[in-house]
Amino acid sequence: MVEIQTSDLLNVATLFFMAATGLAIARIRDLFAVVMLSGIYSLLGATLYVILDAVDVAFTEAAVGAGASTVLMIGTLALTSRREKALPNKQAIKGMLACLFVGVILVYGSFDMPLYGDPTAPIHHHVVPRYLNDSMAEIGLPNVVTSVLASYRGYDTMGESFVIFTAAIGVITLIGRARRKTTVDERDQPEKHLSMEGKLILRVVSKLLIPFIILFGLYVQWHGDFGPGGGFQAGVIVGAAFVLYGLIYGLGTLRTALPAWVTRTVLSLGVLLYAGVGVSTMLMGGNFLDYDVLAHEPTHGQHLGILLVEFGVGMAVFAAIVTIFCAFAGRAAADVNPVTPESGGVGND
Amino acid sequence: MMFSVAAAGVIVTMVLAIVRAFYGPTVYDRILAVNVFGTLSVMIIAIYGFVDDRPEFLDLAIVYALINFIGTIAVAKYVTFNDMGHGDDGDPAGDI
Amino acid sequence: MQMALDIASWALILGGIAFCLIGGYGLLKLKDMYARLHAASLIDTLGVGLVFVGLMLQAGWTLVTVKLFLILIFIFFTSPTATHALAKSALNHDVLPDVDTEEERDMVRAGRTPGSGGEL
Repeated sequence: MVEIQTSDLLNVATLFFMAATGLAIARIRDLFAVVMLSGIYSLLGATLYVILDAVDVAFTEAAVGAGASTVLMIGTLALTSRREKALPNKQAIKGMLACLFVGVILVYGSFDMPLYGDPTAPIHHHVVPRYLNDSMAEIGLPNVVTSVLASYRGYDTMGESFVIFTAAIGVITLIGRARRKTTVDERDQPEKHLSMEGKLILRVVSKLLIPFIILFGLYVQWHGDFGPGGGFQAGVIVGAAFVLYGLIYGLGTLRTALPAWVTRTVLSLGVLLYAGVGVSTMLMGGNFLDYDVLAHEPTHGQHLGILLVEFGVGMAVFAAIVTIFCAFAGRAAADVNPVTPESGGVGND
Repeated sequence: MMFSVAAAGVIVTMVLAIVRAFYGPTVYDRILAVNVFGTLSVMIIAIYGFVDDRPEFLDLAIVYALINFIGTIAVAKYVTFNDMGHGDDGDPAGDI
Repeated sequence: MQMALDIASWALILGGIAFCLIGGYGLLKLKDMYARLHAASLIDTLGVGLVFVGLMLQAGWTLVTVKLFLILIFIFFTSPTATHALAKSALNHDVLPDVDTEEERDMVRAGRTPGSGGEL
């Protein structure tokens, strides 16, 4: 009798669900259903990362893929159509053969790859032994992922935060001008709404939860040295709290609480902090982003440096999420698609 | 052993939720299925944390629960108003 | 003592999984969107609740128990709110519940609950 472990069962189940969901996403024409299914796909991907023991990645995938991506794709749907146009598939057979051919070659190539977890695999033999063996002595943090991300590979992480900054700048440039109407328009017909008492539930619950969500985001930020977490995940969580506020109270109220100049400043300050740490280590006599020189003792310097750069990343990600959400939601659908009662939102496809 | 049974049960329920997400005739069925799937993901992460004896997974489970909630509210709001930034301006229509 | 805790955990986890399966079955088989909301709420409250209490008994008096408790509280707060938002949205878009008699249908259209005396 073959010993089936729980992780094998979960692995097979998760991969099967991902394949099924992927097929459904490719076949369904109603774009709203596709967005929902891709939310499920992201959640499955995050579960897979947990099973593969990559917890930080799973954290980020859950927060960004299942949360922020779904919200932003919904925002895009508000501005475009809800059904995918059917393309004439004259080239379908040729396309399928090409895909099959490339797929077969890839699978054939994968036979040469080492097995998962094989200790003789090349990836385990260059810098990885040095990172794993010396991380505790040189940097002193229990979470090796954070020490690799923020210190050994700090330059790459700085590039990542620049990428996030650039994404936010791109969104501001392309769709930053909010063109909302601020008056109540006649599509809100009061007689369609059945009750006024339920209005309070969402507001009360969100008021209760938002402070704790922000607190949890700060916990994740500082706890990244000891467990899964860090700047990216914390930025997304705190950004999500503000997105929740904006969803429930309206974009105008969110912008009153967090004006555009604040998010722009925080975005820039985050990236500036990261690069600034690098420059200041150069000014103190070390290399760029060499945290050893920041304090009287190298390990303390490393701790301080990692704290600062992770905070910079967190600030940049938080501001980027809020900026992108406000830009997408600021394009009121009424400017683009006037809503009539027959076409309003309900899909019976 | 009990964790394996729990994991198997949750996986079966996930299958049921995904089937509803595929078939749901109205848009609300799909939103509901995704919401249920998110809660089941929270359970599976917590159970898996016990299987592997890694209690750090619970931070992950909190984030999933949170993201699930925010995603459902965002989608419900979009479906109601076709617009996610809609405020209430003092009128009863602003209820979602 | 450990034996008693194990038995209690087994019972609770099995109960929780049973409720999840019942809820999932209802999600598939019930004919109306509002009825499916009820089925889904089974999973969100009793399913998660019983399983997590079973896990808490396994974890003992540690931080893990506190975190599980916090997740439970969070799900108890947010999942009825999310289903409330969904149901309100559906009602505002005139997805009518599947009620049996014509008189009840008129009541729903007029904005009242069949079976109660007056306004919602």
